[in-house]
Amino acid sequence: MPSITKPRIPLAVQQVNEIGLTIHDYEGAMSTLCAGCGHDSITAAIVHTFWELSTPPHQIAKLSGIGCSSKTPTYFVRGAHGFNSAHGRMATIATGANAANRELTYIGISGDGDSLSIGLGHLAHAIRRNVNMVYLIENNGVYGLTKGQVSPSADIGTRPKRGEPNAVAPIDPMLLGLTMGATFLARGFSGDKEQLIPLLKAGVAHNGLALIDVISPCVTFNDHEGSTKSYRYIREHEVKEIQTDYVPVRDEIKVSIGASASREVVMHDGSVVRFRSVPKNYDPSDRGKVEEYIRDRQSRGEVATGLLYMNESPPDLHDLHHTPTLGLNKLPFSKLCPGSLELDELQKDFR
Amino acid sequence: MDPTNDQDPNYYHKVVDCQWACPAHTDVPSYIRLIAQGQFDDAYLLNRESNVFPGILGRTCDRPCEPACRRGRVDGEPVAICRLKRVTSDLKGDVSDRIPKAPAEKNGKRVACIGAGPSALTVANDLMPLGYEIVMFEQFSRPGGLMRTNIPEFRLPDNVLNEETQVILDMGVDIRYDSPITSLRDLLKEGFDAIFVGVGAPRGKELDLPGRHDEIESHIYIGIDWLESVSFGHIESIGSRVLIIGVGNTAMDCCRTSLRLGGEQIKVMARRPREYFKASPWELDDAEEEGIEIIVNHAPKRFVIDDGRLVGMEFDVLEWDEGAQHSKVVETIIIECDDVILAIGQENAFPWIERDLGVEFDEWNVPVVDSATMESTLPGVFFGGDAAFGPKNIIWAVAHGHEAAISINNYCSDVSVHERPPVGMNLVSQKMGMSQWSYHNDYNPASRQQMTHVELTKRFSSLNLEVELGFTVEQTVREVQRCLNCDVQTAFRAPLCIECDACIDICPVQCLTITGNGQESDLRTRLSAPSLNVDQALYVSAPLPQTGRVMVKDEDVCVHCGLCAERCPTAAWDMEEFTLDIPYASNTTILRIPVRSGAATSQVGS
Repeated sequence: MPSITKPRIPLAVQQVNEIGLTIHDYEGAMSTLCAGCGHDSITAAIVHTFWELSTPPHQIAKLSGIGCSSKTPTYFVRGAHGFNSAHGRMATIATGANAANRELTYIGISGDGDSLSIGLGHLAHAIRRNVNMVYLIENNGVYGLTKGQVSPSADIGTRPKRGEPNAVAPIDPMLLGLTMGATFLARGFSGDKEQLIPLLKAGVAHNGLALIDVISPCVTFNDHEGSTKSYRYIREHEVKEIQTDYVPVRDEIKVSIGASASREVVMHDGSVVRFRSVPKNYDPSDRGKVEEYIRDRQSRGEVATGLLYMNESPPDLHDLHHTPTLGLNKLPFSKLCPGSLELDELQKDFR
Repeated sequence: MDPTNDQDPNYYHKVVDCQWACPAHTDVPSYIRLIAQGQFDDAYLLNRESNVFPGILGRTCDRPCEPACRRGRVDGEPVAICRLKRVTSDLKGDVSDRIPKAPAEKNGKRVACIGAGPSALTVANDLMPLGYEIVMFEQFSRPGGLMRTNIPEFRLPDNVLNEETQVILDMGVDIRYDSPITSLRDLLKEGFDAIFVGVGAPRGKELDLPGRHDEIESHIYIGIDWLESVSFGHIESIGSRVLIIGVGNTAMDCCRTSLRLGGEQIKVMARRPREYFKASPWELDDAEEEGIEIIVNHAPKRFVIDDGRLVGMEFDVLEWDEGAQHSKVVETIIIECDDVILAIGQENAFPWIERDLGVEFDEWNVPVVDSATMESTLPGVFFGGDAAFGPKNIIWAVAHGHEAAISINNYCSDVSVHERPPVGMNLVSQKMGMSQWSYHNDYNPASRQQMTHVELTKRFSSLNLEVELGFTVEQTVREVQRCLNCDVQTAFRAPLCIECDACIDICPVQCLTITGNGQESDLRTRLSAPSLNVDQALYVSAPLPQTGRVMVKDEDVCVHCGLCAERCPTAAWDMEEFTLDIPYASNTTILRIPVRSGAATSQVGS
């Protein structure tokens, strides 16, 4: 824990975004995580993402469960709505919140323990419902808060700081997402914001659940020799064949001229995800091809990162249920609660 | 870029902007920390080591440090460095037993100092502890040079000036008052081992316009001569309407002195617009606070003399083009007045140096002096202060004095004056434990403290009532916290870095970047925050172990809060106090490696 709070320096020249806010307006409380924790880098990437997108802080809802990762919403966008839920239940709270008020931008922060162990069932159903949110897994392969036991994302053979090497097969959130029908799947690395920030931006723009798995080394319990989620290991085994840019609506015209993108996907708000390079025969909208690619890399001991899969067409939670276009809090009371006579009328249909 | 060589004293020295800008390289952040700790004696002595006259300079310095201060780039107002220097002098106790003493046994060398101003006194201060015998010739009856004659007492009280000049003379200087030197040839015959010339730039510039010499009784004065006469009590009054021609710091002293001698309507006449004034902004402010009128764009044309008596002055009213390069006359007006003081500059004058002795002069009649050694073209004759390169200011004179003392010591020890002792440095970790530093690392948002002045109604009652009251304890406490501790450096060790980005994310001014290496112009386009100040260095590390990228730090607005070091999991960053090891001819606190064994004998004497 640092001795001082990060001071706000009133520099004469301050960069502001489109709504006049400085990047410091998107920061939060001081992190109490270990110095050098990958999660803090992800926090910084989220700060950059929302600042650069000029999302009004009060239009953001940040949610989490339990774990080191789940502490981090405190450390970004102090002006946002927040909910720190029970272990593994971030997905359920997010689903409910999104159902009630679809107008906010939702970002859920979870960890490999929170999402792939206790919360796995909830994650699966949030994916099925295609809740419009960014679902970010800060994936370090260990239970950091309880002193570094291996987690469900730990690779076979990875050696914990103490004890025997892991022998149980890991759950890969990307392969899980492919099977469950996820509409946006990306993997990043906390040590590479140049890649992570565009992924986050595209995830925010995506209409549906954007599952982003971010390898986030635990400096205290999983950054040693023999770990497969250390800074050094990831840097040596990361494969960044799929490179993408996120082009916001306002920049589209000037950027698209002369750009040699191999593929472009237009998001529902008009912004564009541009695949700068993808391997031969790779189709980021073909589940089979993507799964084959990820498994192929896995078998070679490599970690494929980038925007691995995306599909903008499937309906999200609200499309599926034909809900009103406004958040429930904006509906007049008479519409939200039409009274017992209307209820009686409705129930006749079910008799 | 090549990795930054942080073992070169110049690199970190430049990061300490105030110290870099100071001609005498005073260790400003260190003395501010000492003030913060209540160690006023130590703070004073640390100042004295480099600038010799903390009490005097704390009131009168031209403050090259303040425009350079990093705090100015952060919140617009530099730390009140000069005022804090005065605090060390105001609050110190008796430090006489910690001032270097001259040894009883002399080294047998005799040095003549001409003038008893700041440069000559610095030479004496540095050489006396080494056993030199110094004879100082002063034309007036009191020491101080222009600090005495040109700076009015309401800015620099006599007791402060007396104390800081006397402490040097008390080392045993053979001071000879009322002894102007009239011939260098005669002085050379007296067999001194070296001669130091510190006579200032004593001649005020003349303004030869029509009417200048038509008065019966003179009411037109040369500024510095007039101030000198006031200082020695030869002039005690002035007319009620006074025009000051010129708008430098001497003009400010003239107009404010006039107010105290009976002047009522005082106008300072400037040829050019305000942004081209030579006077320090704070001196302009102080004068205007007292009701002085500063009139721009008026070029003097003639003195209006009626019946042998000065009645006014005629001016062309000018209109300047953009950039104030060319002007045209709009109209011509006469401003009535009783007295005129000319304060349009001053220059060197050496009527007493015979031109056939080997001391070369340039086309402007300024002696040819080596700016590193302060030696003239006549070996053994050294210059310093305004006498060397024309009018500068006190702190430059002190810097010259230190260099000249080194040269004289070399010269008298048969060492080449060009063999300068090396500048050294020291870096010491300030880590006291987990997230604990030996300095106060938090950023304090306090704004610059304003100096309190004597009330206007009381201010003019006497000529020697000091206007500035000095900082109160509360003001001092706030102001010291504004210092950003720029000497506590962010020292980086590339081999330890795991590129986790923690330092980059925590930096409150986004001055850190990890990126691929490149040329400086290219790197500056790829920084976390835009590079706004290309005069400030980029620190570039060796290639980082995992990716071969480099750590780049833009030194511009780093607030030295140490958060990078606190968040670093591998201690690749550390906060280390940088101390510049400045060589002096005499240094009683630090033993130096002598340039040559021959020179050492005389140095050990201290």
